[in-house]
Amino acid sequence: MTRAMIELEGVEKAFGANAVLRGVNLSVGRGESMVIIGGSGTGKSVLIKCILGLVKPDAGTIRVDGADATKGDRDAFLARFGMLFQGGALFDSMTVWQNVAFRLLRGAQKRPKDEAREIAIEKLRRVGLKSAVADLYPAELSGGMQKRVGLARAIAADPEIIFFDEPTTGLDPIMSGVINELIREIVGEMGATAMTITHDMSSVRAIADHVAMLHDGVIQWTGPVEEMDASGDPYLEQFIQGRAEGPIEAVR
Amino acid sequence: MTATRILTFIPHAVGHSTLGLMRLVGRVTLFTFSALSHLLRPPFYFREFSHALLFIGYFSLPVVGLTALFTGAALALQIYSGGARFNAETVVPSIVAIGMVRELGPVIGGLMVAGRVAASIAAEIGTMKVTEQIDALVTLSTNPMKYLTVPRILAATIAMPILAGIGDILGIMGGYLVGITRLGFNSAAYLENTRDFLEAADVISGLWKAAAFGFIVALMGCYHGMNSGRGAQGVGRATTNAVVSASILILAANYVLTEVFFSA
Repeated sequence: MTRAMIELEGVEKAFGANAVLRGVNLSVGRGESMVIIGGSGTGKSVLIKCILGLVKPDAGTIRVDGADATKGDRDAFLARFGMLFQGGALFDSMTVWQNVAFRLLRGAQKRPKDEAREIAIEKLRRVGLKSAVADLYPAELSGGMQKRVGLARAIAADPEIIFFDEPTTGLDPIMSGVINELIREIVGEMGATAMTITHDMSSVRAIADHVAMLHDGVIQWTGPVEEMDASGDPYLEQFIQGRAEGPIEAVR
Repeated sequence: MTATRILTFIPHAVGHSTLGLMRLVGRVTLFTFSALSHLLRPPFYFREFSHALLFIGYFSLPVVGLTALFTGAALALQIYSGGARFNAETVVPSIVAIGMVRELGPVIGGLMVAGRVAASIAAEIGTMKVTEQIDALVTLSTNPMKYLTVPRILAATIAMPILAGIGDILGIMGGYLVGITRLGFNSAAYLENTRDFLEAADVISGLWKAAAFGFIVALMGCYHGMNSGRGAQGVGRATTNAVVSASILILAANYVLTEVFFSA
């Protein structure tokens, strides 16, 4: 078995008196697509932000490709990642292509403007957007198009690891299907390791190799997606079936 | 019972707000040092800097220019009526010039820029924070302090003395226009009077003040934007706090700097 790309051990994080993560253990294999499910406010985003160093965990270790994520050259570390944010998080002062090519226009991966623009348009095409979109501003796009631009920006510098934070939230079922398919295809052809946060079960089935359920600050269940329906775990079953009654309290 | 409650309430409230203030001062100080240290280390984002310079400097010209013009005009009238009480109407040109250059040019310019620029910086950065754009910057290997804060602080510190200098000139012109049209001054005599009494040190001390005020404005805008709360309300509060704190700090710094220049 190959070494895990991302390894979390006993990761804890509290905001004041609110302990969001209470010892998360998780391992994501190289080239694997891991989907983390869990109710709103269970700390899924916090977990991803801990890995990226946007949030500093209180305890535990995070290793990426065998190396401690909190040590070493931060720029080189971040250059291996791409991230699609929940709301797109596109820079609204820049045009679409400048957003996509952001990493290619400055810093260590800087290249000539024309070349960066060409790559941006190529990535936009990859997510199904025409080159005419390149010179528009993010505010002029629909929600689905913004998500696609966010996706194009996440993959622009060919990262080894891609995070998707609720990629289908706020989209209609058809657009959700399109985005899920794109994620699956892109992760597959790039050979990247992917970690997706979602509470949309159709996304889980479309994207995941492995599934992990986060509840009450710990990983409640983890395993291959095929075993998800016969897990016998009452928490996971309640979540998959979307029942109001069960071990997970509906009122949080 | 109620007596003890009142007795404990007062020290509790005083202690609580004192600690809160101390915490804020500490945070702002750390933020300032962080901004200064990033200023000295590459990469430097020149494009962001030139954008900020255009926005903070050039687009503030009408606001600063108009307020200075009217302030100078009103100042001339006030000093004339004040001076008339001891037959010293002739001091109008020199006091308008000194008042504008040493005090009102930088302070009123600074306050106007605080209203315009600190608010917009805080709102912009606050919105970026709320919509995860700041997090996105980090994941794209770009330090938000270097990319957002440093260019704005540098641009404001450079632009503000230039704005104050233009404000000085327009303020003196306001006084001059009122002087020759309303107060019966001779045009050549007014200008000569202005020139004779104004010293280089007056102008320079005012420009130093302006630079400090520019720094304060951008620092407060960036600090409150970066620490904005969630949602529209959080951004609104950050904007208000930026303007209020920048204005108070400008007036406080004005006193301190005046003491320094006064004793020098």
